[in-house]
Amino acid sequence: MRTAYLKALHELAAKDKNVYALISDNGAIVYDDYRRDFPDQYLNLGISEANMIGMAAGMASRGKIPFAYTIGAFLAYRAFEFIRNDVCLQNQNIKIVGTGAGEVYSALGPTHHSTEDLGGLRGLPNLTVITPASPMEVYKATLAAYGHEGPVYLRIGTNREPEIYDGDYDFSIGKSVTLREGEDITLIGMGSILKDMLDVAEELEKDRIHARVINMHTIKPIDSEAIKKAISETGKIITIEDHNITGGLGSAVSEIIAETGKPVRFKRLGLANFSQGYGTYQEVKENNNIGKSRIRETFMELIR
Amino acid sequence: MTIIENTTDIAREIRKKIYRTAHFAGGGHMGAAFSMTDIISVLYFGDVLRYRPDEPDWEDRDKFILSKGHACFALYSALAMAGYFPEEELYHVGKPGSKFGGHPKLHDIPGVEASTGALGHGLSFGIGIAYSDKVDGRDSHTYVVLGDGECQEGSIWEGALSAPTLELDNLTVIVDHNKLQAMDELENIVRMKPFGDKWRAFGWNVIEIDGHDHEEIRYALLERKANVPTLIIANTIKGKGVSFMEGVPIWHFRMPNDKELPVLMEELGLTEEDLSR
Repeated sequence: MRTAYLKALHELAAKDKNVYALISDNGAIVYDDYRRDFPDQYLNLGISEANMIGMAAGMASRGKIPFAYTIGAFLAYRAFEFIRNDVCLQNQNIKIVGTGAGEVYSALGPTHHSTEDLGGLRGLPNLTVITPASPMEVYKATLAAYGHEGPVYLRIGTNREPEIYDGDYDFSIGKSVTLREGEDITLIGMGSILKDMLDVAEELEKDRIHARVINMHTIKPIDSEAIKKAISETGKIITIEDHNITGGLGSAVSEIIAETGKPVRFKRLGLANFSQGYGTYQEVKENNNIGKSRIRETFMELIR
Repeated sequence: MTIIENTTDIAREIRKKIYRTAHFAGGGHMGAAFSMTDIISVLYFGDVLRYRPDEPDWEDRDKFILSKGHACFALYSALAMAGYFPEEELYHVGKPGSKFGGHPKLHDIPGVEASTGALGHGLSFGIGIAYSDKVDGRDSHTYVVLGDGECQEGSIWEGALSAPTLELDNLTVIVDHNKLQAMDELENIVRMKPFGDKWRAFGWNVIEIDGHDHEEIRYALLERKANVPTLIIANTIKGKGVSFMEGVPIWHFRMPNDKELPVLMEELGLTEEDLSR
């Protein structure tokens, strides 16, 4: 995902001299080509996230388009007030790019996990929140974020995510992508965990259970029409996210469900606590009850 | 009239307006506003800041960021006197229908460059502006006023490291060093001495002045050093201009009572008419 982000950023910087890459000493070699080609549109501000976001806001007020990048946990928690007051309150045209979505930095532990970021950021006026699911989607979302006048939070992973799209598709902010059609149940997810969801849906197809899988890549504004359609057409919904169960995708979807007043069997899968244990990303997801086996179990509980 | 005679008259007017604004609003951070009145008077009316009230977004303007946003009655008064909006606006601050609140907001108020209020934000914002102007080759200077208590915020020191690294000689930061914060003397709460040496060590061109002496203020505001940002420590008195407020922490946010009001009116030169509507 980081490579896909840099590919898009490279194109944008070539096209628009007002595009600036701001980083907080995080990015290492992925920025090498960018730095070589656009040294005047690159600033490593050091380990100072609050200063980076505040400075980005000042730059945006002068017509620059800063893409402020570091680990999402450091942006969403440390710099939250700067995102709120300097970026969102003033509606500055800044793209905040948080890497390490969810527990993807699995073995680095909870300090480096962005597992509560959406709970706070989703509540900020003017902020668009995008959580792409694959490298191709990161590329498209980065271009779309540039095209959107106003603040955007882009929640991306690292560099190991599988591609989930076979070919080109239309990406637009606020419009979810139905990755798989089905009428028995709907799985709604965000981020790279969608690959796990697709795998489970595939397995269950053998039992003639037809699961719809929706990629809710934009958490805010959320695609409420797709949710309402899923309620009326499948009657059962599971949300799956690598984020705390409070405040993220599941919360956002349940808000829409509750207001429809329609009966629906509904289950949220997400983290109940700070991430427990270490290992590979897949192992950590399993250990924290959002792995494929737990998705499968929840699926079976709800389908019965 | 010399520049300094003029700014001295202006400062007297601004102090009156600050109190009248607070009076009609029913409260406000007067002490902090009085403390920086002389600084803002020289900045806006001492032939320092380049601006066009009839064209607030003029590209080549200098920028002023009031990081200690709670002192906004001083800024509002200066902007009204400069002609950004009618003076009448001041006397509805904080009321339904007014765009003026207890902290300044970008977009709502002509001449305001940033929404401030939460402390520790204006320096980085100003750095962003100064950096952009510098890379664009624009002859434009950015001024930021910080509170000294505000310098207890960690983000100020992130900015303090950043501006010299970026060699922003088009940035001047003024610390309104009145040595008081909301609850007590600065030094009793957090030991900040030696204050100037801290900024010097961080790589700033540090100038220490009497923040009520218009000559010194003007000289310092116009000082430039190649590739180095300038930091002015303006030694001030919180509540300056009203004897019973001067240097007394409680006046961070308090209104005068019936006994105090006549003294304030006398000292600021306010009439009954000024305070009735």
